Amino acid sequence: MSDFWIILTGCLASVSCGLLGCFLILRQMAMVGDAISHAVLPGIVIAFLFSGSLDSVPMLIGAATFGVITTYLIELFNKKGGLQKDASIGITFTWLFAIGVILISLYADDVHIDQDCVLFGEIAYVALEPLVSYIPGLSAPSTVWVLFIVMLLIIAMIIFGYKGLFLTTFDPSFAAAIGVSTVVWHYLLMSAVSVTTVVSFESVGAILVVALLIAPAATAYLITDKLPKMLVIAALVGVIASFGGYYLAVWLDASVAAAIASVLGIEFTLAFLFSPQDGIIIKRLRR
Amino acid sequence: MNIQVDNPVLEVHDLTVSYDKKPVLWDVDFTIPYGNLVGIIGPNGAGKSTLIKAIMGLVPKGSGYIKLYDDSLDSVRHKVSYVPQRESVDWDFPASVLDVVLMGRYGKKGLLKRVSKKDKEIAYESLKRVNMLDFASRQISQLSGGQQQRTFLARALAQEADLYLMDEPFAGVDAATERSIVDLLLEMRKEGKTIVVVHHDLQSAIDYFDWTLLLNTRLVASGPTEKVFTTELLQETYGGKLTLLSKIGDLMKEKQFPAREK
Ligand SMILES: Nc1ncnc2c1ncn2[C@@H]1O[C@H](COP(=O)(O)OP(=O)(O)OP(=O)(O)O)[C@@H](O)[C@H]1O
Ligand SMILES: [Mg+2]
Repeated sequence: MSDFWIILTGCLASVSCGLLGCFLILRQMAMVGDAISHAVLPGIVIAFLFSGSLDSVPMLIGAATFGVITTYLIELFNKKGGLQKDASIGITFTWLFAIGVILISLYADDVHIDQDCVLFGEIAYVALEPLVSYIPGLSAPSTVWVLFIVMLLIIAMIIFGYKGLFLTTFDPSFAAAIGVSTVVWHYLLMSAVSVTTVVSFESVGAILVVALLIAPAATAYLITDKLPKMLVIAALVGVIASFGGYYLAVWLDASVAAAIASVLGIEFTLAFLFSPQDGIIIKRLRR
Repeated sequence: MNIQVDNPVLEVHDLTVSYDKKPVLWDVDFTIPYGNLVGIIGPNGAGKSTLIKAIMGLVPKGSGYIKLYDDSLDSVRHKVSYVPQRESVDWDFPASVLDVVLMGRYGKKGLLKRVSKKDKEIAYESLKRVNMLDFASRQISQLSGGQQQRTFLARALAQEADLYLMDEPFAGVDAATERSIVDLLLEMRKEGKTIVVVHHDLQSAIDYFDWTLLLNTRLVASGPTEKVFTTELLQETYGGKLTLLSKIGDLMKEKQFPAREK
């Protein structure tokens, strides 16, 4: 049963990340995902210090708040300060992440957040969690419940907000010209990224969350040029990596999260070489 | 020269816009009559794009006000269509031509309602008018520059607006495409629409536009094209680039202003 929970956790996290990642890379904001995944750390620690528990709800609120603050600071340095986008991202998240690390070491005795765990996560712990049942007949570890609910929320956001996300991603000035608030959609997406990051965080860690946000979306981008297909493919790529990564990790006796990210890298390479559209080998054959 | 009209479709009053405290538009004040094809002309960096963006509320105004149909933008937004510069979007985006044209329907429908059959019909009709019907299901990453421009025009047509603000629709298109776009604009004018176009080529501007604005941070002139196109006013707009200007002078003498059909 423990393999099942681990693989399911990977799948749920990667579907959420993959879907959001598509919009991030199309907005040329892949590294904003990176920034958010690190900058939520002080939010998590502060939430823990206030609530005194590793309960998900205060953590989510703390993380989402810092995610939005990160987005805001990046925009501020970039638009108002005239600093380049990548420099704004770099300065914002390293600084916030460092504050998080210092908070952890200051309150190390109280905070049961392990610094290694923050960076690399430990997906295998999900199998050790007690099962809880919110729906009669269904019991699962609480991490799985949280990831599942977040995934449903993100799927709903993308289905009902598809036109808004599509329009504000493709042509923000046209969107504004027809009276659509690009700011609202921007922060909605960024809050979703923050929340997803923090719930995936415990399982896969800050660094590998970035892999889940970017690699499946980048792979899907190479394979198709239709947005709905891109979203589905990105989700599938993540699911395949969760299965493949788990068994690879068992076989090599290695970290599951690292194995998942490695499989993502392999999938991306395959798409890069063999994609029907942009694959370099296919292009050469066609010539 | 600044000719004011009664009952204008667009009124810009004492408009000043600055980026980082540096004024880009200074005290710009003009009116535009209904049903005209209007050119905005000026050198690079004159603030032409900024003027259009300010009219659409996309950049903050330092001072002044703008009225469309004697009303604020928010109450007449559905009657106004904005065609951004082609380079302002990523054409590698995973979308089809039809997807982009259907965006023209989003404003009227809101973002939550599904695209209806009627919306699709309007989108196809718009594509037909710009000669792009065969490209409807093509991915936009596979379009040429001229086809990209016509996709944007089809999206604007799908908005079914009355006033169109277009930023350089002729940039980077070949002569044949430019001609077909001009024909489309003339057709739209015949339907009573007002079309404001940012344009670079002085030579063709004389032929295309009924009304011309000369802009270089300040408004140099606003009026019927034949009155505005004088060597002095052009000189004031473009500064000392005399080779260019004397060429235009010759050209105007040569042409003696062709009678424009109207
Ligand atoms: N976002 C911005 N931030 C700062 N300055 C800007 C910005 N956009 C434009 N400018 C400056 O404002 C001035 C006017 O720009 P604008 O794009 O309106 O000119 P334009 O007349 O459209 O020029 P072109 O013919 O090159 O398109 C330029 O000097 C430009 O450098
Ligand atoms: Mg411009």
